[in-house]
Amino acid sequence: MQSSQKPIQVGLFVTCLVDMFRPSIGFATIKLLESAGCQVEVPEAQTCCGQPAFNSGDKKTTQEIARQTIQAFDGYQYVVGPSGSCIGMLHYYVDLFDEDDPWKARAESLKSRAFEITSFLTDVLNFDQVLASYEGHATYHDSCSGLRQLGIKQQPRKLLAKVAGLELSEMEEAETCCGFGGTFCVKYADISNRMVENKSTYIQDSGATTLLGGDLGCLLNMAGKLKREGHNIEARHIVEVLAGMTDEPAIGEAAYSLGKPL
Amino acid sequence: MQINSPAFKENARIALHDVNLQKALGNLKAGFPTKRAAAVARMPEFEQLRDEGTALKNHILENLDIYLEQFEENVVKNGGHVHWCRTSKDACKTILDICKEVDAKTVTKGKSMVSEEINLNDYLEKNGVEPIETDLGEYILQLRGDHPSHIIAPAIHLNLEDVSDIFHEKHHRPKSSDPAVLMQEAREMLRQKFASADVGITGANFFVAETGSTIIVTNEGNGDLTQTLPKTHIVVTSIEKVVPTLEDMTLFLRLLARSATGQEFTVYNTLSTGPRRAGDQDGPENFHVVLVDNGRSEMVGSEFQEMLRCIRCSACMNHCPVYGAVGGHSYGWVYPGPMGSVLTPKMIGIENAGLLPNASTFCGKCESVCPVRIPLPKLMRHWREDEFSRHLSPKAVRWGLGGWAFFAKRPALYRILSSSSNLFLRLAAGKKGRIKKLPLASGWTNWRDMPAPSGKTFMQQYKSGKKD
Ligand code: SF4
Repeated sequence: MQSSQKPIQVGLFVTCLVDMFRPSIGFATIKLLESAGCQVEVPEAQTCCGQPAFNSGDKKTTQEIARQTIQAFDGYQYVVGPSGSCIGMLHYYVDLFDEDDPWKARAESLKSRAFEITSFLTDVLNFDQVLASYEGHATYHDSCSGLRQLGIKQQPRKLLAKVAGLELSEMEEAETCCGFGGTFCVKYADISNRMVENKSTYIQDSGATTLLGGDLGCLLNMAGKLKREGHNIEARHIVEVLAGMTDEPAIGEAAYSLGKPL
Repeated sequence: MQINSPAFKENARIALHDVNLQKALGNLKAGFPTKRAAAVARMPEFEQLRDEGTALKNHILENLDIYLEQFEENVVKNGGHVHWCRTSKDACKTILDICKEVDAKTVTKGKSMVSEEINLNDYLEKNGVEPIETDLGEYILQLRGDHPSHIIAPAIHLNLEDVSDIFHEKHHRPKSSDPAVLMQEAREMLRQKFASADVGITGANFFVAETGSTIIVTNEGNGDLTQTLPKTHIVVTSIEKVVPTLEDMTLFLRLLARSATGQEFTVYNTLSTGPRRAGDQDGPENFHVVLVDNGRSEMVGSEFQEMLRCIRCSACMNHCPVYGAVGGHSYGWVYPGPMGSVLTPKMIGIENAGLLPNASTFCGKCESVCPVRIPLPKLMRHWREDEFSRHLSPKAVRWGLGGWAFFAKRPALYRILSSSSNLFLRLAAGKKGRIKKLPLASGWTNWRDMPAPSGKTFMQQYKSGKKD
C-alpha cells in the first residue's frame, strides 16, 4: 500500500497460544501488516477467542468472552490474527446471539472486519510485496478452520511463492486434520496421537525439511510429534517466513530466550 | 445390536492396536475417498446438485406428513399395506406378525441399517423365525456373529483372511483365499435359501410418494432375489426417506452413488410398487411397508432436524480421520462416524452416547463432503451444549473450563496467569526448548513433546516496547 494513503487501522488479535508460546508470530504479523501500509494496535482487553468454551458446549461463557472481544475490537477498521481457527471463532460469534439482541449486529460487524493474516494480505490488500528470503525446502499444512471455514488455500501459497529461495512441495493429505483440535488432543490423546503420527509420515514423505502452517495449535502438535520421533524437520508459522523473521529457533527447538534475562 | 457406546474410549484404544483392523481401514481410506474425488471431478455441476438435494430435503421435511400420507394412499391403491411404527419394538412386532401370518420359518434379508437399528434379527430368532442375510458383507458378519462397522460396506473391518477363515469353518469346504472362489461359495450357499424363504425383507434407500414405490440400490443384485422370490415382501424403512416424485428420487440417486462409492450410478436400482399384479411374471403376493419412526418425528422442528436430510451415503465416515483411526465398531452402535455421532445420542440417549459427539476435532471434513450439506460439527456441538447444560459433561472438564473462563474473562488477571505459566513452562523446559513430561498435560506429553514458550509472552514484550 502506498504511504500517501491514510493508513489502514488494524487491531491485532494475538491469539492466546501465540501470546503464550510464540510471541515472534505476533511481531512478524505486525511487521507484515506495517509493510502492507497498516497501522497496527494491540487492544489490551483481549484474551482468548473463546473456542475452549464454545467447543465444550458452554454457551454462556462463550457469549461473555465474545462480548469482551467484540468490545475490545470496536472501532478498528480491520481485525487481523495469525490463526484461521481463532478468526473463524470470531466469525462464529454471530451465531451466539438472538436476532433481537443488539450484540448480534456488533458480532456481524466484527465478522465483516475480521481476517486471518494471509487472507487479509491477499484477498483484502492485494499485497504481494514479500521481500523475505528463506533457503529451504518446505511443505504447508492446511489447518482445518482456515481451510474449510474461511476458504484459505491459495493465499498462503501465493505469498510463499514470493519468498526468494523457498522451495514448496505439497505433502499428501495436506488437508487432513493433524489431530490437535483444541482440547481433543488431551481428551482423546491416543486417537489424536494416531492422527498426528499419520501426519508426521506425510510430512516426511514430502521430502521437506521445514513444515509451515498458519495455526500455532496445529504446529505445536506436529512439531511436538516430529521432535518426539526424532526427526530433523523444523516447524514454523508462515508469517515468520513471510516477514523474514526466522533467525530464532524453530518451534520446540532450543529456547533462545533462556540465554537472556527472563 | 448391543449398545457399547459408553466404552468408546476403550473400544478406540483396542482398535488403534488391532493390526488387522488398521490394515482394513487403510484400504478404506485409499478406496472410497479417491473414487469420490474422481467422480466429483467428472461432474462440474456436482455442487449445484448438492444445493438442489439440500433444498429438496428441507422441503420434504417441512411437508413430511403430507408426503407420507400420499405414499400410504398410493401403496394401498397398489394393493400393499403400510404399517406405522413409533418404536423399534412396534416395528419388530409388526414384522413378526406378518411373518407369522404366512407361517414363515425363514426370511431372506437385503442389507438394511434400519433393521440393525431396531435389532430385528435377534427379535426374529428369539421368536422362531430364522433371518438370513443375503448381502455378501452382511452374510459374512452373520456367520461370524458380528455386526456392521460401516453403513454401506458393513464388513469393511475384515480382511480377506478373516473371510476365508469363517467360510472354511462354516461351509466345510477346502480353504481358499481366492475372492472369486469365496464369492462362488457364498452364492451357492445362498441360492437354496433364496428359493425356500417364505418372506423377503429389504430396506429402502428412498420411497416415492407419487407412486407408492420403494427403491433399493445395490451392487450385488441380492436384493432383487430377496424381494421377488418369496411370497411376501416386507420393506422396513424410516420415515425421512420419503421423496415426492420419481424425478426427485433420481436426484438423490445421483448424489448417493457419487458420494458413497464414486460410481455414477449403482449397478442395481430396483423399484417395488405393490404386490404382483395379474399377468406379472414374478413378484411377491403380499407387499408390506413398515415405516419406522424411532425418535425421528421428534427431530422434526428441533435443532437436529437437519440430520434427517441424511441419505446414508457414508461419505462423512469415509473421510473422517477419527473413524479412519478407530473404525466403526468403536462407536458402539449401529451408526458410526460423524453421522452416528449426531444420530446415536438421539436414539440411545446422550447419557449413553455422550462420548461420541465429543470425539471430533471439528475439522469439518465431514460437512465438506456431505451431499446434503448437513452441518455435522454444528450438530455435534449442539449435543455438547445439551450435555453441558444438563451437567452431564465430566467434572474435570467443567472445572478446568470454569478455571480457564475465570481468567479469560478478566484480561488483567489473565496477563498475570499467562506470564507466570509462560515462565513456568520455560523453566520446566530448561535449555531444550521443549518438555518431555508434564504431569498436568500427560495426555499430550505421553505421545509428543510439548514445545516450550520461546520467550516472555507477547503482551509482556509488546508492552515493554520490544517490537521485533
Ligand atoms: S451425514 Fe451426509 S455424508 Fe454422512 S452419511 Fe449422511 S448424507 Fe452421507
